[in-house]
Amino acid sequence: MKKSYKIDVDCASCADKMEQAALKTPGVKSAVVNFMTLKMTVEFEDGVDAHEVIKEVRENCKRVETECEIFI
Amino acid sequence: MNKKQKLTLARIIVAGVLLIIFNFFVDAPKFLKPILFLIPYFVVGYDILLKALKGIKNRQAFDENFLMAVATIGALGLAVWRSGDYVEAIAVMLFYQIGELFQSVAIGKSRKNISALMDIRPDYAMIERDGKLERVDPEEVEIGTVITVTSGEKIPIDGVIVEGHSSLDTGALTGESLPRDVKVGDEVISGCVNLSGVLKIETTREFYDSTASKILDLVENATSRKSKSENFITKFARVYTPAVCYSALALAILPPLFTGNFSQWLYRALTFLVISCPCALVISIPLTFFAGIGGASREGILIKGSNFLESLSKIACVIFDKTGTLTKGVFEVVAVHPDLRDENALLHLAAHVERYSTHPAANALRKAYPNEADDCKIENVEEIPGYGVRAIVNGEEVCVGSSKFMESIGAKWHPCKKSGTIIHIAINKIYAGHVVISDVIKNNSVEAIEKLKSMKIKTVMLTGDSEAVAHEVAEALGIENYYSELLPADKVQKAEELLKNYKVAFVGDGINDAPVLSRADVGIAMGALGSDAAIEAADVVLMDDDPLKISSAIKISRKSMQIVKQNIYFSIGVKLICLALGAVGLANMWLAVFADVGVMVIAVLNAIRVLF
Repeated sequence: MKKSYKIDVDCASCADKMEQAALKTPGVKSAVVNFMTLKMTVEFEDGVDAHEVIKEVRENCKRVETECEIFI
Repeated sequence: MNKKQKLTLARIIVAGVLLIIFNFFVDAPKFLKPILFLIPYFVVGYDILLKALKGIKNRQAFDENFLMAVATIGALGLAVWRSGDYVEAIAVMLFYQIGELFQSVAIGKSRKNISALMDIRPDYAMIERDGKLERVDPEEVEIGTVITVTSGEKIPIDGVIVEGHSSLDTGALTGESLPRDVKVGDEVISGCVNLSGVLKIETTREFYDSTASKILDLVENATSRKSKSENFITKFARVYTPAVCYSALALAILPPLFTGNFSQWLYRALTFLVISCPCALVISIPLTFFAGIGGASREGILIKGSNFLESLSKIACVIFDKTGTLTKGVFEVVAVHPDLRDENALLHLAAHVERYSTHPAANALRKAYPNEADDCKIENVEEIPGYGVRAIVNGEEVCVGSSKFMESIGAKWHPCKKSGTIIHIAINKIYAGHVVISDVIKNNSVEAIEKLKSMKIKTVMLTGDSEAVAHEVAEALGIENYYSELLPADKVQKAEELLKNYKVAFVGDGINDAPVLSRADVGIAMGALGSDAAIEAADVVLMDDDPLKISSAIKISRKSMQIVKQNIYFSIGVKLICLALGAVGLANMWLAVFADVGVMVIAVLNAIRVLF
């Protein structure tokens, strides 16, 4: 399953950090952060609860980049 | 500017003014100085320091806030300990913030501008309820609803006109400036602007399924498919920052072991940290792609990913499908050669006989003689498959069809030197002449091929048509290589052969050529407005069917890639030079921070240049 979320982040390399953090989150198959359109597209692994996983992703992102937000 | 940006600006101004006052107008005693100068430092840098602390807590060693904090605190320490130059540390923080502010404003602005280029999304639909027009969310409109579009408004949802006539500006979708006239019964697509009159439209799709929404999705997600250059620069940045930091550490520790002079080397190391922030590098590349894709969509060229923009710039060979791409794909009468009577009379008879036929040739004949439905008497119409049509027109027996048909009735036909499909006509079994119909070359095809040639791009034409037709078209257009009488599978094979030696783009109309579209390095679908299959299969979609757009697309891609390269070389180059100068002590922190901010400003401005 693929879902797209609006995000807020200040700089391009911070966006890259978010992407890395999202990729490392269990349950995430692939993640792409688009800094220009401020969107994160996450592909979840089969059978996971997307809502729970994306919360986890948000937490991990905030850990590497304090001033970021994912609008769930 | 948003609230956050305004606050940053205010902090920068306050800190700057304080810094000037303290430095030039207040002669404080030595022990008071550090405390005095800490005020502007905290004003301009408190958020960086806080973020740095959080970063340490989360173990983010190479967080740029952390690096800036270390660099400036280090410089302040040096000031207290040795030099007494407090201004430098604060100025570095100040300029860093100015740079960040500029970046955030510039990116925000260009994000808005480019999005506006692509913005064809309608905000509302109007529905008549109890004689009053009501604005509703287009997402709530069901299929089959009648919506009203007044002049100057965007059509929100695809549909068919049930009342009114008008002309539509399709510019936002196709880049075409000529308005298109529409009347009752015409299909219209969302995203077009109604220029005059009120239209009532019965919707045929839901909002999310409508052309405007689909195109917008496509363009917005395009920059998510990252190009090689983007991947390179993010990977580079991931290595760059830690590398610079470790060298800073080495610079602070190793040389002083041999030469002493600890504070001098520490200063150089701190200069390194200022240059270590990778943001200037990372931002300008995706911005360039975003601008390139936005600029292309303004001209009716949809590029489905940054990676395709990149491949497009390297294309060395363009393969065209003939029918529907270089030619109109519609048969037209190109010549009438009468043996009996005159041209008009011959067309007149032929059109009458073909009145009820749905064959493409019949359409062409009827189109060439538009007022076919006059008071002539047409009886006993008989269609003979593979041969043609026979009918009695005003008492005369008229046969229209192939040479075989002529032979079977004993009419003495003769061939024609023009290529195309020849339709023979016999009156009362006596040969009366023939009409030549053929596919017509598009107005812009010649210029399109010329432009590609001037860009040193090889052109190849593939067609399922006969050798004679293919030869004539290729000659008229000046295409060097053509292959005729190909089945769809042969087209794939020809494309494969060319793919071995060239970066190949294939241009087709999306009908029957999906396999080649997906096989080529870049598949370009043409005239794809409304054709979902073509939009799906292609990498680049031309919204109208103008072949000139192909060279425009390649031009935009080449310009974008040139700017990407300039930005990569320029920003990495300047950073490396500053590192080198810093290591030998020729560059101070002032230069470092100017280089950092300056490079970013120039790279961002350069990226925006794609649009002009």
